[in-house]
Amino acid sequence: MSDRLSRSRLAPAAAGLAAVGLGLAAAEIMIRADWINRFIVPPPSEVARGISRIVLEEHIGHRFLLTAGECLAAGLMITVLGVAAGVLIHRFRLLRQATETWIAAWAAAPVVLAYPLFMVIFGRNAWTIIMIGFVAALPPVILKTIEGLSTTRKVLVDVGRSFNLTGTQQFWKILFPAALPTIFVGVRLGLIFALINIVGVEFLINSGGLGQLINDLAERYDLAGTYAAIFFVVLVSVAFFMTLERIERWLRPID
Amino acid sequence: MAATDRLTANARHEPHAASVTLLRAVMILALLALWEFLSHTGWFYRDVVPSLLAIGRAVLALLSRENYYYNLGVTAGEVAAALAIGGGTGLAVGLVLGSNRFLARAFEPYLYYLGPTPKIIFFPVMIMWFGVDSPSKVALGSLSCFFPVALSVAAGMRQIDTVLIRVGRSFRASTLQMVTKIYLPAMRHPIMNGVRLGLGVALIGTLLAETKLSNKGIGFLIINAYSTFDMPRMYANLIVLFVLAIGANSLVGRLGGAATAAGR
Repeated sequence: MSDRLSRSRLAPAAAGLAAVGLGLAAAEIMIRADWINRFIVPPPSEVARGISRIVLEEHIGHRFLLTAGECLAAGLMITVLGVAAGVLIHRFRLLRQATETWIAAWAAAPVVLAYPLFMVIFGRNAWTIIMIGFVAALPPVILKTIEGLSTTRKVLVDVGRSFNLTGTQQFWKILFPAALPTIFVGVRLGLIFALINIVGVEFLINSGGLGQLINDLAERYDLAGTYAAIFFVVLVSVAFFMTLERIERWLRPID
Repeated sequence: MAATDRLTANARHEPHAASVTLLRAVMILALLALWEFLSHTGWFYRDVVPSLLAIGRAVLALLSRENYYYNLGVTAGEVAAALAIGGGTGLAVGLVLGSNRFLARAFEPYLYYLGPTPKIIFFPVMIMWFGVDSPSKVALGSLSCFFPVALSVAAGMRQIDTVLIRVGRSFRASTLQMVTKIYLPAMRHPIMNGVRLGLGVALIGTLLAETKLSNKGIGFLIINAYSTFDMPRMYANLIVLFVLAIGANSLVGRLGGAATAAGR
């Protein structure tokens, strides 16, 4: 049974990989045959060689750490301030009713478009990048914290009451631990938003780590390098999402 | 009876609508007052925090200039084209993935993980493929819009009530009839949700591309105000843009809600 199950999952995954491989091979042939201009789309083999080149020549490790550091700073800020704001808004019902739709509108607003404003306030440096990541990624953390705290199962709250817990004890022993998985969903979404905005702004303002590398290579018209750097950034983002998903699954309680 | 008691109890705990409005008004006024105070302190470089009057004047000046509507038209056209191309492709791919389990398992993970990657980094490639004019902005907007629509449609298709599908099959409906008579009407809500998400990211993609390299459109106006350090004009552009973006978002959301209500 499990053998059939694993085969039923393996076959499509293999087909997907094969299709990607075939697509790349077809592109390679068409570019080499001059059906596609190699000065617009470099052959995949050249892009693959470009990856090792940008790793060796463009200090990609240092750039990666720079972008990761910016994400970490924004991530810490959204976690601490977002959870604190969520707890505060959950605590005061009036405040929640007045602000929750505003926060939802903020989550949907194209905050990143205000990046020139951030450059004026913070200068063209890492702070601009971190602050855009922070402002764009804060709303999901606040909203999910409120949701997590207000959907705590009633039976857990009642257990706390039956032990005559004080308000603080009730919060730290019951509400907060029960809300933690939902809060982490918010933090995960926030970190994804932060990464997207941070890399995007690095590219736009030509400053910082990985995003800046793409801009730099494109301006030098290093085509294979540009494609390779884009591929590298996509790879890093995907690895980042997968890790966050793993952590979330690990935190989720077993019902 | 118990339900009525609970309702009454809830109503007692529920803050009065008037106090919510009052709190909102107080918060907005406090924010405006703080802004005005900061603009007069001189703690920031001149014009970084312009006075409310200056911003108000800049908004009026912006809205009364014919040039603004030309640029708004350019951006609106690009976003609409991006939504049509990216959304249309997303819809088609979503329908295929939603109806075929094998293809979904083979390709949906790629869409799922590529969806949230930053799309603006593809802009240099789009410039090489489509040139420096509008098509590269449309292409970036389409690329951004494709993923949420495709994923939302594929997920929506799997949630269709199997009874509806069986009814279609028992009438021997053709594939086209199945799509137009069963699948699409049953998926109005996920499709509209995908379009709402798609519109948001298409707007961001198109406008960011405009700020990077263009000579027309709202993104160009914003970056132009920045490079000439005309802060009130930049704030005015951002304010009008945010109002339009949030308005468009809620309009699509409402259309989705109305469509679902009518479908019931």
